[in-house]
Amino acid sequence: MADPRIIIVGAGPAGTRAAEVLVAAGLRPTVVDEGSRSGGQIYRRPPPNFTRSHDALYGTEAAKARAVHAAFDALGDRITYRPETLAWAIKDDRLHALKGSRSEALAYDALLLAPGATDRVMPLPGWTRPGCYSLGAAQIALKAQGCAIGERVVFLGTGPLLYLVAYQYMRAGHAPAAVLDTSSYGQQLSGLALMAARPGQLLKGVRLLRALRRGGVPVLRNVEPLEVLGDAHGVDGVRFRDADGSERRLACTAVGMGYHLRAESQLADLAGCEFRFDPAVQQWLPQTDAMGRSSRANVYLAGDGARLLGADAAETAGRLAACAMLADLGHRQDARTVARLQRAMKRHARFAEGVARAFPWPHALAAELPDATLVCRCEAITAGELRASVTALGAPEVNRAKAFSRVGMGRCQGRFCGLASQEIVAAACKGRVEAAGRLRGQAPVKPLPIALLGEDGRG
Amino acid sequence: MTIDGACVEVLEGDTVLTALMMHRGFAGHSPFGDGRRAGFCMMGACQDCWVWTGEGDRLRACSSPIQDGMDIRTEAPKGLWPIPG
Ligand SMILES: Cc1cc2nc3c(=O)[nH]c(=O)nc-3n(C[C@H](O)[C@H](O)[C@H](O)COP(=O)(O)OP(=O)(O)OC[C@H]3O[C@@H](n4cnc5c(N)ncnc54)[C@H](O)[C@@H]3O)c2cc1C
Ligand code: FES
Repeated sequence: MADPRIIIVGAGPAGTRAAEVLVAAGLRPTVVDEGSRSGGQIYRRPPPNFTRSHDALYGTEAAKARAVHAAFDALGDRITYRPETLAWAIKDDRLHALKGSRSEALAYDALLLAPGATDRVMPLPGWTRPGCYSLGAAQIALKAQGCAIGERVVFLGTGPLLYLVAYQYMRAGHAPAAVLDTSSYGQQLSGLALMAARPGQLLKGVRLLRALRRGGVPVLRNVEPLEVLGDAHGVDGVRFRDADGSERRLACTAVGMGYHLRAESQLADLAGCEFRFDPAVQQWLPQTDAMGRSSRANVYLAGDGARLLGADAAETAGRLAACAMLADLGHRQDARTVARLQRAMKRHARFAEGVARAFPWPHALAAELPDATLVCRCEAITAGELRASVTALGAPEVNRAKAFSRVGMGRCQGRFCGLASQEIVAAACKGRVEAAGRLRGQAPVKPLPIALLGEDGRG
Repeated sequence: MTIDGACVEVLEGDTVLTALMMHRGFAGHSPFGDGRRAGFCMMGACQDCWVWTGEGDRLRACSSPIQDGMDIRTEAPKGLWPIPG
């Protein structure tokens, strides 16, 4: 095929490495990313006038950040780079891309989706108060804006990011008031053997915990979060049940909450890829083969948007998906390189399985949420309304509950309420969460400006 | 730049959301009357930080860098139709 049209969505570690492999094979992919600079989530680059060094920004990951940035920059004009461009729909082998208020339909022969992940959150009474942010937001405030989300922060949730962000706050001179983890010590131990697949990563985690302890940051495990306290103006504390079952309060001015990550899978859905429920992470994920081929012939998936394996795995997956694409386009691939990459993926998968075991999504908490809790921030739908749509209206499936209650129809498209609402629907009809179905992706994946210029440019 | 008409000093490279949190403590009001909102994800995903400009345009505060002379409003400027964002 002469000059196949290849589009990559996402300029994070996965998209960067995929583009690199394609360019090395003499192709010229188009790379679309919503951000103004490459790097993706973990290696997010600050605004150009910020002068902090890689070491200050990325800590132990500085060398990797530098390498990924350099790899992307080295591609130069051998790729067509479209920054600040939102991929908002996919239809008939065309990607609809929006820059400013102008949208264009880009035809492709092969498409690689590498859109990464967002925080996975569990709603909580009071979580819409100003001062309550996602863990990712707490980190972004620190990294990209050089400020903390508050003076006295409680970090709440579970997962490696919980401890990492707490540590980063401590290092930046904002020692957190506490780290409240919903996982138990026992669960964390049970993940150890699998996490040993990547001893270096595991060691980093152990060091981080030790540093928090030395810094005097209280770490409480096996907690049940109950409420973010405060008023319309802000946060003044958290209420939770500790491991012994006693109810406690802790004063703070901000909360950072998150339960590991949630794959950004809407685009794969719009491209028509098949999904399956992954019980280890309790999420519906787009199906791929060991190379990153989706169920659609010309759609490939890599990085955290397909499987939550972390940043190093995202680089490997990006390379593999590019190899698969090249092979399918008739380019010969070196079998040894592919085998090596696949072995690395297996290690990453083992490690991620350990993480999922050590820091499980506390899905049962959704069933306990008081009826008055806002589940959907966008449309202000409460847990009670959602339950009523299941029991009174007979909507035993999350998309029907969505049609009745509008949960997940708001501007965020269910990114923050989708997983919890599946749990609430499942619990309300006493079914398993797989049976409650998954919220299907819809275009546009993010809100478009009202004055959108048409794809023929005429508005 | 100005926020709700008051002149504020901001740092170059800050986002509109950072400026709002420094000077106002929130970004807007929930359209459903359940109180103030101040963003949640800071990465353009939750859509909880949309604000207005004096001209009646809407923008997502966490992904909009500050520009000189910006006129940001936490409520729709008077005289405009209340278009939901
Ligand atoms: C908030 C947050 C903080 C994290 N912090 C850490 C950390 O400190 N340490 C760690 O090890 N891991 C961290 N992770 C996990 C880490 O980010 C991922 O493992 C890694 O970035 C995955 O790489 P990726 O290439 O798959 O996706 P990403 O790096 O997320 O890159 C995806 C890119 O796609 C773009 N994109 C997404 N959707 C669209 C669209 N519709 N249109 C256009 N562009 C789009 C995004 O702008 C982004 O640049 C974090 C994740 C999140 C969400
Ligand atoms: S804070 Fe979530 S979109 Fe701006």
